[in-house]
Amino acid sequence: MSIETSKAGIVIVGAGPAGIAAAVSAAACGKRVTILDDNPAEGGQIWRGGRAKASTAKAARWFAKLKNSGVTVHASSRLIDANSIACTLRVETANAALTIEYGELILATGARELFLPFPGWTLPNVMGAGGLQGLVKSGLPVKGKRVVVAGSGPLLMAVASQLRKHGAIVPMIVEQANLTSLARFGVSLGGHPGKLWQAITLKASLGSTSYMTGSWVKAAEGEDKVNRIQIQTGSKIRTVDCDYLAVAYGFTPNTELAQLLHCNMKNGFAAVDDYQRTSAQGIFCAGELTGLGGVDLSLVEGEIAGYAASGRDDLARKRFPVRERARQFADGLNRTFSLRPELRALPDSQTIVCRCEDVRYGTLRQADCWRAAKLHHRCGMGPCQGRICGPATQFIFGWKQESVRPPVFPARISSLVLESTYTIEEGVNK
Amino acid sequence: MSPANYDAVVAGGGIVGAACAHELVLSGMRVALVEPSVICGGATAAGMGHLAVMDDSEAQFALTRYSQLLWKELAQRLPVSAEYSASGAIWVAADAEEMAEVDRKHRFYSQRGVPAEILDAQELAEAEPNLRPGLAGGLLLPDDGLVYPPCAARFLMGEAVASGLQIYHGRRVVQVTGNGAQLDDDAFLSATFTVIATGAMAGKMFPAINVQPRKGHLLITDRYPGFLRRQLIELGYLKSAHSLDVDSVAFNVQPRLTGQLLIGSSRQYGSEDPAVDNHILQAMLQRAIEYMPGLAGLSAIRTWTGFRAATPDKLPLIGICPGYENVYLATGHEGLGISTSLATGKILVDQILNRESAISREPYLPERVYALHG
Ligand SMILES: Cc1cc2nc3c(=O)[nH]c(=O)nc-3n(C[C@H](O)[C@H](O)[C@H](O)COP(=O)(O)OP(=O)(O)OC[C@H]3O[C@@H](n4cnc5c(N)ncnc54)[C@H](O)[C@@H]3O)c2cc1C
Ligand SMILES: Cc1cc2nc3c(=O)[nH]c(=O)nc-3n(C[C@H](O)[C@H](O)[C@H](O)COP(=O)(O)OP(=O)(O)OC[C@H]3O[C@@H](n4cnc5c(N)ncnc54)[C@H](O)[C@@H]3O)c2cc1C
Repeated sequence: MSIETSKAGIVIVGAGPAGIAAAVSAAACGKRVTILDDNPAEGGQIWRGGRAKASTAKAARWFAKLKNSGVTVHASSRLIDANSIACTLRVETANAALTIEYGELILATGARELFLPFPGWTLPNVMGAGGLQGLVKSGLPVKGKRVVVAGSGPLLMAVASQLRKHGAIVPMIVEQANLTSLARFGVSLGGHPGKLWQAITLKASLGSTSYMTGSWVKAAEGEDKVNRIQIQTGSKIRTVDCDYLAVAYGFTPNTELAQLLHCNMKNGFAAVDDYQRTSAQGIFCAGELTGLGGVDLSLVEGEIAGYAASGRDDLARKRFPVRERARQFADGLNRTFSLRPELRALPDSQTIVCRCEDVRYGTLRQADCWRAAKLHHRCGMGPCQGRICGPATQFIFGWKQESVRPPVFPARISSLVLESTYTIEEGVNK
Repeated sequence: MSPANYDAVVAGGGIVGAACAHELVLSGMRVALVEPSVICGGATAAGMGHLAVMDDSEAQFALTRYSQLLWKELAQRLPVSAEYSASGAIWVAADAEEMAEVDRKHRFYSQRGVPAEILDAQELAEAEPNLRPGLAGGLLLPDDGLVYPPCAARFLMGEAVASGLQIYHGRRVVQVTGNGAQLDDDAFLSATFTVIATGAMAGKMFPAINVQPRKGHLLITDRYPGFLRRQLIELGYLKSAHSLDVDSVAFNVQPRLTGQLLIGSSRQYGSEDPAVDNHILQAMLQRAIEYMPGLAGLSAIRTWTGFRAATPDKLPLIGICPGYENVYLATGHEGLGISTSLATGKILVDQILNRESAISREPYLPERVYALHG
């Protein structure tokens, strides 16, 4: 057991766009900044892979700023526990555990993919779009494979386009939002030339891929892996053959750490004020965990949090208008791609909802809240602690996951054992 | 709201309330049970589920043994989700002094017809290869069992519901009178008998019974089938003061049927905050690792806390509540309420119906607490 202790001024958790922007801004104010992330390289979900693999000019620019900022980056460092009274974070690395004290803390823990259960969603080769994207980046061959991309939101087009670049045949994108709401959103893009351009280029690169709106995957079928899916449009159902199904219904925020630190929540996100301050003393939140909004909103929220945590509210205020524009865009996006109620009715009684513990929809229907589903049926009791089935049951049943307990991620028992100064009488039992 | 009429109303939907309601319904009464929160979500969802026989006192022995045999009987009907197993437990002795205690316990149990087997150092190591080398031995109690308490309790409640039990879920008993229970939504459940099975909360409604919450911590791991075979508990308590107000930890691990390990245990007074206390958790885990070094590398997935209902003399309160007529207490089970729930249901209903009981009821009568405090 090797346990070290180090001190730091501003500590940032999460090295995605929000965390990087926060780190760069705080460092520019002359602060000592440490950034922690459990991935081997910085970049978060969207810029995964770090500087070496920067895919856009914007990413490259921010990676360069981070490199020149003097910020200490701890990669492969997973936060497993936090204490807002002692102002400490407990971090697990590949072979050690350390306690880090923070002066100010900025949480930029981002979001994870939202998975909605439907019959067949647990079959091999049915994947989260982000997951498949990652596999393709790291070498999964998709050349000549038929891949259907389904779910909701602009990510579908980006994923389809990447898959095609790697030689996949993408017969269709299945978007659950209606054409009318998409059209409305298209008009509102007028004020955002950058986004418009992005949308047009992606569309242009879609070529023979058809874009089905108001449609969703009703079921995936196959023996040992998916080979056929049913797509529903209104009351019509059509069957399509495929080798892979990439599904993306959007994202759900990683609020566990903020909750453990007693930050107030609002509608499932960390609640923050204009300066990205939470209800907890000295703790700020930026990026997707305060509301889903994409890279640009995350970046500017990160900057504001970085400035505010450094005591430079004046600099933070200068970025308010940029954030406001990004927020408006995000609001439009979230409205356009809000999930239709029909998706709640997709699972049948045999559909597995909790993958860790194999709990099926038919069983869960007997429960009346998250805690009952957990205690009586083991839903969410596995290693992922409801990270996947929690948001799914929230969407389907409206259940709330009330509590977060340490460790926030599975951790070695040795990582939880630190020197304790408390004197305890050992050995008293029953 | 018009008053509902019952023969008995039970406050509290934990395992003790479930066992009492079950027994009352089976005796032919019309029964209601009131639970404000998740059914079986209190201490019953936090405890270890070790069905233990204990020898702290003759009274404790009688109740635990009686209940253990009732569990064996019930086991034949329990659903898989109740995770019942009769895998036995081992009290682990670290040195010669603790081995002497093993001998004493062995005599105690043997004299009373309870199967018990002394393990020497080598037999212990063979029985549980992941214990650290150099331990002195242990006492194997093959009749000890394990259960997943929330599902076992829910099964009892389910059987009772099938025989007519009414559950008032999401409602709380705010006051009891000699003729029923007042709920927080203004409803009054009129009943001949009222049973208080509100666990560690019982002291809130009846301060005079002096039931105190005693906080405990637990940790569950990922699945490691075969790592541990039986419930293991250290005998080390001998070396420390038998104090009732000092925080303590002990090595106590349990193999779940899922292959997971449940690691305990701790005892604290004076805290009613359900948050995990790091210093206690750390001390508890350090202790566990001392006994089982391999635990250090296993993956922990959750920690939590629970509150035992502690009484001054470590025995539960089962019987008429002093100062009341027709109000009965079934609480104060401390760290043994899963084990003794079934026996509690039996002897409580025996009292209500003036039936003979299988064991003497005397030691558990609540009036003794008043005697203790003058
Ligand atoms: C035999 C057994 C086996 C178990 N196996 C597993 C398992 O395999 N996997 C698993 O995940 N769990 C397991 N559990 C534990 C179970 O999931 C709960 O953790 C346990 O019932 C305790 O509930 P809780 O306090 O965590 O309640 P929760 O459901 O977490 O919350 C209930 C209430 O506790 C309070 N609370 C919760 N968190 C905090 C906090 N951080 N600070 C302050 N207050 C808080 C809040 O008031 C909250 O509303 C097992 C339990 C038992 C008895
Ligand atoms: C860490 C730990 C480990 C343990 N290990 C073991 C073990 O290995 N073996 C063992 O036998 N025991 C063990 N126990 C003890 C066991 O869990 C308890 O003794 C047992 O669960 C008590 O059950 P209960 O029904 O009395 O209490 P609870 O399960 O707490 O039920 C009381 C219920 O009353 C309800 N309630 C409260 N107020 C009101 C009101 N005003 N009106 C109506 N309802 C109300 C509550 O919501 C609750 O559901 C352990 C306990 C802990 C904390």
